Amino acid sequence: MSTGTTTQKITLAKGLNMGLRKAMEDDPKVLIMGEDVGKLGGVFRITDGLQKDFGEDRVIDSPLAESGIVGTAVGLALRGYRPVVEIQFDGFVYPAYDQIVCQVAKMHYRSKGRSPMPMVIRIPFGGGIGAVEHHSESPEAQFAHTPGLKVVACSNPIDGYWMIQQAIASDDPVIFLEPKRQYHADKADLDEAETPEPLFTSRVVRRGTDATVLAYGPTVKTAMKAAEAAATEGTSLEVIDLRTLSPLDMGPVFESVRRTGRAIITHEAHVNLGIGSEVTARIQEQCFYSLESPVLRVGGFDTPYPASRIEEDYLPDLDRLLDAVDRSLEF
Amino acid sequence: MPDFGPDLVEVFGPSQADGGPELIQLLTPEGERVHHPEFDLDFSAEQLRGFYRDMVLTRRIDTEATALQRHGELGIWAQLLGQEAAQIGAGRALRTQDYVFPTYREHGVAYCRGVDPLNLLGLFRGVDHGAWDPKDFNFGLYTIVIGAQALHATGYAMGIQRDGAVGTGDTERDAAVIAHFGDGASSQGDVNEAFIFAASYNAPVVFFCQNNQWAISEPIERQTRIPLYQRALGFGFPGVRVDGNDVLATYAVTQAALNRAREGSGPTLVEAYTYRMGAHTTTDDPTRYRLSDDVEHWKLKDPIARLEVYLRRNGLVDDGFIDALKQEADELGHHLREGVKALPDPQPLDMFAHVYAEETEELRVQREGYAAYLETFEGAQR
Repeated sequence: MSTGTTTQKITLAKGLNMGLRKAMEDDPKVLIMGEDVGKLGGVFRITDGLQKDFGEDRVIDSPLAESGIVGTAVGLALRGYRPVVEIQFDGFVYPAYDQIVCQVAKMHYRSKGRSPMPMVIRIPFGGGIGAVEHHSESPEAQFAHTPGLKVVACSNPIDGYWMIQQAIASDDPVIFLEPKRQYHADKADLDEAETPEPLFTSRVVRRGTDATVLAYGPTVKTAMKAAEAAATEGTSLEVIDLRTLSPLDMGPVFESVRRTGRAIITHEAHVNLGIGSEVTARIQEQCFYSLESPVLRVGGFDTPYPASRIEEDYLPDLDRLLDAVDRSLEF
Repeated sequence: MPDFGPDLVEVFGPSQADGGPELIQLLTPEGERVHHPEFDLDFSAEQLRGFYRDMVLTRRIDTEATALQRHGELGIWAQLLGQEAAQIGAGRALRTQDYVFPTYREHGVAYCRGVDPLNLLGLFRGVDHGAWDPKDFNFGLYTIVIGAQALHATGYAMGIQRDGAVGTGDTERDAAVIAHFGDGASSQGDVNEAFIFAASYNAPVVFFCQNNQWAISEPIERQTRIPLYQRALGFGFPGVRVDGNDVLATYAVTQAALNRAREGSGPTLVEAYTYRMGAHTTTDDPTRYRLSDDVEHWKLKDPIARLEVYLRRNGLVDDGFIDALKQEADELGHHLREGVKALPDPQPLDMFAHVYAEETEELRVQREGYAAYLETFEGAQR
């Protein structure tokens, strides 16, 4: 256990695990529910060791029924608990879709604020892990389109640690998206003594002057690599990690686009009616006279997630992103 | 009736229309008190009169609300006519600390929990989605999605377990949850998942299924090939079928099931075998799909009439009691008629309230934008 100003190098998986542990220590009403979250520690080991330390009443291995997991979590929340639900993979969330959209999202509204739903639904999302069907999807727009839910996506270990705690502390239900291919990828220095930024804020992660690249979750890393590559060719890209998808925090985006005049948004989700569509609409509403070129979207194609041997063609990568940057600059 | 082939009788038994030989009954349709080896109770005269009063007033809520819908005061009403005994029996078996998860038809249970029936009408009039604070009555808001609340009930019961409020032996503390649903909902995944979760965690929950024989136009045979209560066995907990038109049996059986839950013995499925005498809702037309003979048959099993026969035959009520109750029902009707018209309409900007516990900036901007737009109209009201 680190204290004070001690820093330690952690992965995203570790950051989430530490954040969950901290939230459970801070509030005895916090519960974890899901498939294999107990002894196994989850298929990605995000809940590793938590059942051992907090017991089976607080880290609950559930029957294999996603609607059942979320629906019983609604009941636990009504009783005063703060359930943190793990959906094992993005493509498994759909059996719970009705409970999430019709119950979790609407309970506070239906009850005129008398029955809050302080629930976090963690979803490992995105592709790039060579998985079979239903294990690589990006369903965020389906939840961002639902009033009553808040939707966030973390992109790095430090955000993982802080954002999961902030989401658990929120009195609103939060869909919490974790880029699964980043779980064990990179390490970063965590300083537990620092004060995190508020949860529902976007953040400029690289300063630049020629164009603004907007990303979240797994594509933040892609965007940063693209910015590095572009810099070697004399192009200065600003990169913003959106972090919150509902609500969107457009302030930093507008400020940036008014300076650069160009914006490209990238996500793994299908382009059609994706988060990028909404972000683009808002940019043209607010930055119309600053735009030097149309806002471009670089995302997954409007196909089902393909077989993994060709997923690299489906996923927005460095080259497709730089190609869009070129098109924007040449417009 | 759909034709399910010649084995229908074999599957359901010959007396299916009467609920089958397994039906638990303490008061026959003719008003005769009968006894059951497992589920019998002594009822005081006061208790019996109370049940009668509850059922008469509940029926009045229903008929009054139906009339209000016909007069255009409600958009729709979900009728409970014929299900009074099932709801009063279940509602009166509850203790204060127990918690109810209702469907949208639980008007009798709401009444038992102390919810002003006027508050039930708001939802059907369209002034709100739920007018009462569930915590004030331990009675959840009406759930429109069929069966969704069975999971909420199970989760709430898991919370009771974690609060140590089950199996302590303290009758003031030990609590149970009751999940209401109908025969149609028994086909829903959520109800079946609730059975699995409740069994797996031994949650203190009673699944109370009012089998009123009809899911809008679909008969019970479309939902199940075996008596519903028998399904419980497959999930690993007991199921019982009680005469849902017999308030005494429903009370006794539900109380036993709630006691099992409170003492930590886990879930029970109670199938209250009853009949939806009215339509599904006021927009429904049952003459399109069921025979009036069927309805006439069930009229003979009316839950209120049989108790009145018993009370009169045994000298437990007199004309004075009946007259006073009629006056009380009239006053209740008056309360509903006058009250519903006085329910304040929500204002346009109210739609923005309570979307979130912590309102988002973007929603605030939308709300203020619409407010400013409304202001541009002459005589605008916010």
